[in-house]
Amino acid sequence: MMFLFERDTWQEVYDSLTKNKLRTALTMFGVWWGVLLLIWLLGSARGLDNSFNRLFGDFATNSVFVWGQSTSKPFKGFQEGRMVNLTLTDAKKVEENIEGIEFVVPRNQNSSLVVRNFQSGTFSINGDYPLLDKVQKKKLVHGRFLNQNDIDENKKVVVISEDIYLQLFEKDAEVINEYIQINGINFTVIGMFKNGNQNMGPTSDIHIPFTTFQQIYNQGENIGWMMLTGQPDADIKQVEEDAKLLLKNLHDIHPEDKRAFGSFNLGDMFDKFNGFLFGMQFLTWFVGIATLIAGVFAIGNILLITVKERTKEIGVRRALGATPFEVKRQIIVEAVFITIVSGLLGIISGGLILILENYKWGQGPEATLVNPSVSIPIVFIALTILVVLGSLIGLIPAFKATSIKPIEALREE
Amino acid sequence: MLKISKLHKSYPIGDSSLHVLKGIDLSVDSGEMVAIMGSSGSGKSTLLNIIGMLDELDKGEYVLDNVPIVDLNEKKAAIYRNKFLGFIFQSFNLINYKNAIENVALPLYYQGFKRKERLEKALFHLSKVGLSDWAKHLPNELSGGQKQRVAIARALAADPKLLLADEPTGALDTKTSHEIMEFLQQLNDEGKTILIVTHEEDIADMCKRIVRLKDGVIMEDKFVTQVRASQYV
Repeated sequence: MMFLFERDTWQEVYDSLTKNKLRTALTMFGVWWGVLLLIWLLGSARGLDNSFNRLFGDFATNSVFVWGQSTSKPFKGFQEGRMVNLTLTDAKKVEENIEGIEFVVPRNQNSSLVVRNFQSGTFSINGDYPLLDKVQKKKLVHGRFLNQNDIDENKKVVVISEDIYLQLFEKDAEVINEYIQINGINFTVIGMFKNGNQNMGPTSDIHIPFTTFQQIYNQGENIGWMMLTGQPDADIKQVEEDAKLLLKNLHDIHPEDKRAFGSFNLGDMFDKFNGFLFGMQFLTWFVGIATLIAGVFAIGNILLITVKERTKEIGVRRALGATPFEVKRQIIVEAVFITIVSGLLGIISGGLILILENYKWGQGPEATLVNPSVSIPIVFIALTILVVLGSLIGLIPAFKATSIKPIEALREE
Repeated sequence: MLKISKLHKSYPIGDSSLHVLKGIDLSVDSGEMVAIMGSSGSGKSTLLNIIGMLDELDKGEYVLDNVPIVDLNEKKAAIYRNKFLGFIFQSFNLINYKNAIENVALPLYYQGFKRKERLEKALFHLSKVGLSDWAKHLPNELSGGQKQRVAIARALAADPKLLLADEPTGALDTKTSHEIMEFLQQLNDEGKTILIVTHEEDIADMCKRIVRLKDGVIMEDKFVTQVRASQYV
């Protein structure tokens, strides 16, 4: 392989490629475009993937929300249109009886006037269990989240988001152990968390213990909705159906009543997005590789023409003592060289497009393409494919070049 | 130097075959300058191509510099050509995107010389043909005579035992032809063995021996008194 480090090898490559610059450029275009497409599309798909992940971000993705609505079918003597309220008992029953359930988190929500000194605003107040933190991860900046003790003792404590802090507190004011008034009652702030990038379901900026919520809003056993999280290997669609059926049974609702319980299946949505992303990546690879192969074939084709045009020159070289091996090697080096150079240019320009995309669509919380990028191994795989394809395709013109006898090559005009 | 006996060569043409060389016996000693003459179709170029190992013989023997040339595969032929032979063509056959010195250095490249050494040798041979000032010029910037001199320098670069010239003056005017012949005579005076295929009588007269071919056999093989080209220049 020493010949690869000799100046002459490259001088020869340079000479023969610069001989017809336009043709060389056109030849390179195909591979350049293929690699550019591959890098660009893969990077964008990754960006989309990242932004979806950020969207679902802090949520356990195999979750489903269930809430009560009104019945649409009369059943067991009840008229249709009856309001259905979920209760803590329902939550407990679901947790105990449904297979594949990891947690059930009952939640309550109400909106109230929140006051801090002279600032005030109406926000939604959530009554929550500590378990919420497992399903919807809170990024705490200060303090802690609710704990079992708060629940047991109906403590008047509150965990707020950074947004609420910015609206109610003065700049740089201390937040932990300060008081805010909710519904006329003073609550101690015990934690502050960073707002998620996107929120799934109702916004939740203020969290107080579930039991405290029951007391101040006089909710009794009623809950607003429950979040069911499946075990990692559970089929969340099945969990949703089972839970709904159980709830219908408990509330004397017709088993085929489709309106009585509303639900939002996060896992299902997530699967759909994932399927979409997978399809997109597959398409990207397919289109990219196909274009790449077409590009490499174009290179082989052009080299074949070049070899045909250079028949006489090759004849002269052979008369001067070039062995067939040397002639072939030279042509293959040329083929590999143009594939690699155009491939590298493709990688670079694809990268530039991704940088541009990141600059235009990848900034801020509403970004649609977060960190669009291609991993180094993929770049290496693409390069390896290029080298392999380049040398394979170079073989055809190389053998063509030496298949003619030197005497015939010399006679060529 | 060179010994050919009972050489036969035929080319297939459609279903039949054309018998071009019909038993050639020829031996050339070191230091000779031989003109191979004949009308077109006489087989003179075919003979030269076989001597030059650009073509294979069908039947007969060919010994070059005590090396029997048999079982030629392309690789072997390439190595022999590189080691023993220097070619001069009618149409010069310079590589048009390489300048004069690179053209001359090409056989040395295939001999595996390092670049620096190669260019030194090439420049030496270029100055021998009086073109050292033109080293960096491309072939299309040179006149016909200059091109042929570059081609001669290239043929000499590898220090071959035998120079083969196929109508070296065929594309040149009389004056330039004589210059080239004068130069070839000088080379012969220095001891190079030279074979020239030509159909021009005056060119043949400038050699030391004339071999006439007709219809694939040698009609005449005679030593002549060399006409020095310098007297015309």
